[in-house]
Amino acid sequence: MSKQRTAAIVNGDPVEFLSDPGQTLLDVLRDELHLTGSKEGCGSGDCGACSVIMDGRLVCSCLVLAAEVEGCRVETIEGLAAGGTLHPLQQKFLDHAALQCGFCTPGLLMASKALLDANPDPTESEARYWLAGNLCRCTGYDKIIKAVLDAAAELRQDRKSA
Amino acid sequence: MAQLSYLSPSSVDEAVKALSGASARALSGGTDLLVQVRSGRAKPDHIVDLKRIPGLIGIRSENGGFVIGSATCGAMLSEHPTLSKIWPGVVEAANLIGSTQVQGRASLAGNLCNASPAADSVPAMIAARATCVIAGPSGTREAAVETIVTGPGKTSLGAGEFIIAFKLPPRGSKASDAYLRLIPRTEMDIAVAGAAVSLALDADGVCTSAFVALGAVAPTALLVADAGQALVGTRLEAAALTQMEEAVRAACQPISDKRGTADYRTKIAAVLAHRAAVIAWNRAKEQA
Repeated sequence: MSKQRTAAIVNGDPVEFLSDPGQTLLDVLRDELHLTGSKEGCGSGDCGACSVIMDGRLVCSCLVLAAEVEGCRVETIEGLAAGGTLHPLQQKFLDHAALQCGFCTPGLLMASKALLDANPDPTESEARYWLAGNLCRCTGYDKIIKAVLDAAAELRQDRKSA
Repeated sequence: MAQLSYLSPSSVDEAVKALSGASARALSGGTDLLVQVRSGRAKPDHIVDLKRIPGLIGIRSENGGFVIGSATCGAMLSEHPTLSKIWPGVVEAANLIGSTQVQGRASLAGNLCNASPAADSVPAMIAARATCVIAGPSGTREAAVETIVTGPGKTSLGAGEFIIAFKLPPRGSKASDAYLRLIPRTEMDIAVAGAAVSLALDADGVCTSAFVALGAVAPTALLVADAGQALVGTRLEAAALTQMEEAVRAACQPISDKRGTADYRTKIAAVLAHRAAVIAWNRAKEQA
């Protein structure tokens, strides 16, 4: 069995990696590229802990084969903060205490980022439906939704004053 | 997964060859296949990724209808500027499948060829009278969507065959569709029962054609010809809807399992078909 060579853009940087045919994008992010922010919860696309953005679309990286990302742009949690400055979503998650154990948080942040990229002014209901594929067993979701809507408001304000 | 290989052909011919092998599986979104491979339920030697074949992702208008590439993801269906105006039932059914993450990957061909009796997009596609364009070793052929699934996990596709596109027929004015399913929660579950209705009205609001299809109440999705016929020539008066419900219940042959009993599924299928017919009717009347 031969490994396959794949080239992609991860968080803006060109990367090349070798993978076995059965390896997923999540396996490669964590084990080859050492980007361990994306978590493996269920491995079957049910929990959303491994969510990343691939060519602008939110996906479960456990349900994408590593070789499928040839030529694609992948955004992971490691690319969310700009240098030392947290993304407004990250800051609002802290402000609202929207995490406890933190295992779901990278996936929820990437899913929230994809939501606000697509819809800068979501209603609470839209945010709840969008994030329904990200399971959190700690917070009860309310603080997460508040953090996302608060971050959306701040980002809209930033855009206005920019 | 010791012998697994991954292939991503860039042409239909290459894909047909790759899929002719003993144990090759076609990959589009992967939201069913990769779960099955990881769990050991599917043990293919080759995974043939179809998404690099030109035309397999995308939606185009053709001869007054739509051609939807078989690997087009659910999110792209709802983002299309006109598809959900003309086929709202097909789009709402496809969009019920899984989470936002799943919608970014899952395709109509995958939902069909996974061959689950409860696949949400399948009754809607059948009611819409959609056809599949199938590539294979002896060229391409077209087949109605309801001829593809032959039982749970089984399809009529031969070795080397795969779906390259779905065709939705041309639509007149005053025509629409709807899909409803019952799940025990508001989001992300598998249908206990599902019903799709597609109908067309004349200028006076009389139904000129109607198709009713059901999911999760038989080994495959069902096209219930009697149920559609009960609506033709009517304005969906109570008597017509009652007759349609009777035809729906008569067609149901569900199993009892943890999601619902056979009796409950049968009863609910008729309720869903009734409601879907009314929604489709109201949508059709609003069409210019």
